Amino acid sequence: MLLIPCPWCGPRPEAEFVCAGEVLPPRPADPNAVGDAAWTDYLVMRRNVRGVHDERWWHVRGCGSWLTLRRDTATHRILANDSAPGGRE
Amino acid sequence: MSPTARLAAGGEIDRARPLEFRFDGRQLIGFAGDTVASALIANGVHLTGRSFKLHRPRGIVGAGYEDSGALVHRVRPQPATNLLATVLPLEAGMELTSVNAWPSAAFDVGAMMQFLSALLPACFYYKTFMRPGWNWFEPAVRGLAGLGRLPDRDAWQPVTESRYGHCDALVAGGGPAGLAAALVAARAGARVILVDDGPFGGRLAGDGTVLDERPAARWVTGVVAELLATANVRMLPRSTVWGYHEHNYLTVVERAPRDAPDLDFRNWKIRARQVIIAAGAIERPIAFADNDRPGIMLASAVRTYVNHFAVLPGRKAIVFTNTDSGHAAAHDLAAAGASVTIVDARTEPGQGLLDAADARGIACHAGARVCKAYGSRRVSAVDVVGRSGEMMRLACDLVATSGGWNPAIHLATHNREARVSWSEALGGFLAEPVNGSFRLAGAANGHLGTAECLEEGARAGRAAVEAVGRIAPTINLPATRSEPTGIGPPVWAVAPRGKREKVFIDLSGDVTTADLGLAVREGFDSIELVKRYTTAGMGVDQGKTGNVNVIGIVGGLMNAAPAAIGTTTFRPPFVPVEFGAIAGARSGARLYPWRHTPLTEWHLAHGAAMAEAGLRWQRPRYYPQAGEGWLDAATREARTVRTSVGVYDGTPLGKFQLKGPGVPALLDLLYVNDFAALKPGRGKYGVMLTDDGLILDDGVTFRLDAARWLLHSSTGAADRVHQHLETILNVHRPDLDVSIIPVTSAFANATICGPRARDVLRALDPDFDVDGGPFPFMTVREGRIGGVPARVFRVSWTGELSYEINTAPRHAVAVWDRIMAAGARFGIAPIGSEANHILRVEAGYISTGHEVDGTSDVHDLGLGGMVSKTKTDFIGKRSMELRRRLDPVRPELVGLLPVDPACPVPEGAPITPRGAAADQEGFVSACVTSVALNRSIALGLLRSGRARIGETVHARVYGKIIPMQVVAPVFHDADRSRVKA
Repeated sequence: MLLIPCPWCGPRPEAEFVCAGEVLPPRPADPNAVGDAAWTDYLVMRRNVRGVHDERWWHVRGCGSWLTLRRDTATHRILANDSAPGGRE
Repeated sequence: MSPTARLAAGGEIDRARPLEFRFDGRQLIGFAGDTVASALIANGVHLTGRSFKLHRPRGIVGAGYEDSGALVHRVRPQPATNLLATVLPLEAGMELTSVNAWPSAAFDVGAMMQFLSALLPACFYYKTFMRPGWNWFEPAVRGLAGLGRLPDRDAWQPVTESRYGHCDALVAGGGPAGLAAALVAARAGARVILVDDGPFGGRLAGDGTVLDERPAARWVTGVVAELLATANVRMLPRSTVWGYHEHNYLTVVERAPRDAPDLDFRNWKIRARQVIIAAGAIERPIAFADNDRPGIMLASAVRTYVNHFAVLPGRKAIVFTNTDSGHAAAHDLAAAGASVTIVDARTEPGQGLLDAADARGIACHAGARVCKAYGSRRVSAVDVVGRSGEMMRLACDLVATSGGWNPAIHLATHNREARVSWSEALGGFLAEPVNGSFRLAGAANGHLGTAECLEEGARAGRAAVEAVGRIAPTINLPATRSEPTGIGPPVWAVAPRGKREKVFIDLSGDVTTADLGLAVREGFDSIELVKRYTTAGMGVDQGKTGNVNVIGIVGGLMNAAPAAIGTTTFRPPFVPVEFGAIAGARSGARLYPWRHTPLTEWHLAHGAAMAEAGLRWQRPRYYPQAGEGWLDAATREARTVRTSVGVYDGTPLGKFQLKGPGVPALLDLLYVNDFAALKPGRGKYGVMLTDDGLILDDGVTFRLDAARWLLHSSTGAADRVHQHLETILNVHRPDLDVSIIPVTSAFANATICGPRARDVLRALDPDFDVDGGPFPFMTVREGRIGGVPARVFRVSWTGELSYEINTAPRHAVAVWDRIMAAGARFGIAPIGSEANHILRVEAGYISTGHEVDGTSDVHDLGLGGMVSKTKTDFIGKRSMELRRRLDPVRPELVGLLPVDPACPVPEGAPITPRGAAADQEGFVSACVTSVALNRSIALGLLRSGRARIGETVHARVYGKIIPMQVVAPVFHDADRSRVKA
């Protein structure tokens, strides 16, 4: 059970959060301008890192905010946290 | 009658409280304070069961969780099986039997398996059951293998609970290191939790150590008393830390908590700021031929039985050791009256040890090895090879082995935050924390002497409290005497003299050194593979005693140092934990509570049969009247709606209020159709896709006024839709200024539906005009109904005129009562989800979970006309177009009329070409007995179905073939004139 540092609520147990997955390149502004292969890559390809990556969490059973964690997937160590880009308060 | 092997004095047992019990039919006697294992040994019982695979006689090896398989079956008081005798407290009136033996451990029919052992090498199952035909023998082989049988009735249901704990410092282990650490942390004022599964003091409890020139137990008693009296300390005796998870989260099982006599287990989930692992060390055996005979035990266990339980496991003992602590075991045995011979594998054990043995009258053979044991139900003799190769056969009834000490690093490695390294001096693995949130102390860190344990424990306690910002006091540690703690070069196993001799390396899985050799010869060159291939370390003790021996032997076979071989991965649980203990009271509705609407009590009072409508919401299925079955009731309810008026509880429907200038853009991105132009007071049916182009959910979204929208989702999809909305706003379009408030349970919803719905609504005294002109289909009115603030949506999911009346939950029952009163003259009926299902299938409305099954898109369901012609993008557009371009042949929604109008078709039934046993070309998504048509009707998804209207297709269920005519997917009110009336 991770202990996730919520910028609003402090350290809270993982059970209060939903993991929204790895931070990916942004959704293309105009998906029609993207080739088929690039589009399906965007949809399904994940890096599945063993080590440090950035991921989003939603504090759904808490304050409702979204945060971005930098976490080591092998040790669960959380190296940094930041609210989602442009995240709403 | 006094048990034969019980010592006359000493031990931590209560001789004033004898306890009678039975084992394999024999009446035996023990004392309060005994474990089942100590009581059995006291009664001279060494044969406790038969082994897993080969049915060899087996006995007690350890004195705690390290034991490799003294499992018993408990018939009384609470039936349960595979209980470890070495940790099972003895109770009066217990009735126990051995496991994996019939009729008893002493006379076991399955013992013939021993003679077949040549046929059962490592990986017997993998190799044998691959061959055709062998499956005939599998049941018999599986019947012979295995351990206890589950009790067939009255199985024990332990009473358990789960609790959270928080502390500054959790100390795992209450031996000298753990006690010193806890004492420092407690005196610093830190919140401390101290966990131990045996008597506090660890080995000090009975090994004759002297502290401050007094028996160590005096010091232990004093420290425990101080800790118990300290308010910031929680002591958890009879408890084991079974998992050390990420972020200093620990799971602890507490057995028979004294503060709650009705409780069998309490599972603690503890978040600790600092963790001190003082779990001690586990002695490793030295293996030799037939080393599994009952009466061959770990030397440390022998000491525990002699000193703590006052039982003498044998009168004529061999101590086979390469450690100084083995000599201590020999002295304990001699002091208790046994005649003892030491076989020390070291050529130079040290003059001090030799002199001490001599003084006690203990013969000591240095540089010698035990190479084989004799006896079947109990060891009777051993062969010893002397220093210069001479062979001796020594009679005995007990062999104690001491091959060294493996630090109990298991917990330290659970959370992957420790570096594991090989210690040449110790012949074992050590763990070094790579972050500052935990530390190891004492024997768990490879320090075996009492003084080192106390000092390192105190240091660890100091470091822990300083890490949490407290000032650690200096404590006076008791004075110790020097003690020999030497360990010779590792002896993993003594090589057998012939191929037929079996040297067991993992008793619980019947794994021999020959099996390890086979695995290495067959190319399994990683210790993790050797483990899985041979099952070494996979038995009940999880390799606690034998694992390091396995690694050493595999290293020898591969000419690699143990450091290069490495360890297998230790995973929780450290000891077996009952699933019930982990769950605590959290099962069923206590784990996932039901959600109820404010009308549940009304429904129940009116005889409703309730069911889950999704996301744990309870809704009525139907309201049976006298003599009605569910279908009778559902049909009557549906007919009432078609002919007059019904009312249903629509409260669980998902509701989200959206506000902010970004809402129009959000809705246009969310839905396939255009929403930006939606006017205040109006609603629109929308379908949303995921970005892979498949339908996520559908529903009607209203614009309440200039600033507020209300989005409806399916009951069961509410959480998915919420996350989808949040993801759009936080990940894809953080520029959109929108706030989302989930308001599902903020409004109760009574939906009146049927041709008389408007008459009922009018009778409720609304303060707005309800006529069709001023209040048309797909609009909303906010106002008062009989004085109660209400929001009324004119939508329909039944194919009839419908009004969804939303009020605050506190008004729900009153409004419902008034609806029932107003509808009485029309014969209004409350209707459940079964009638709803009939009505929506007749009307051809799609349902999430039936037609929307995560594989369909908008076109598939005949809703392609909704898709915006002008939007360049919406979620799912790109993927939907791509998928349809790559494969235009899609399953399409159709209506299905069984040729036999009375024939129901099971929902989910596959449709295959001509009903043949072939790949399906579609499936039946819903089937009801229509009240509008008085016949069986169905919806389904059929390959290219819209082009096949008029064809006959065939559902195939359990070999039965049901012909059905393909029709348009609407059976009632096709022009929606009733809905829009």
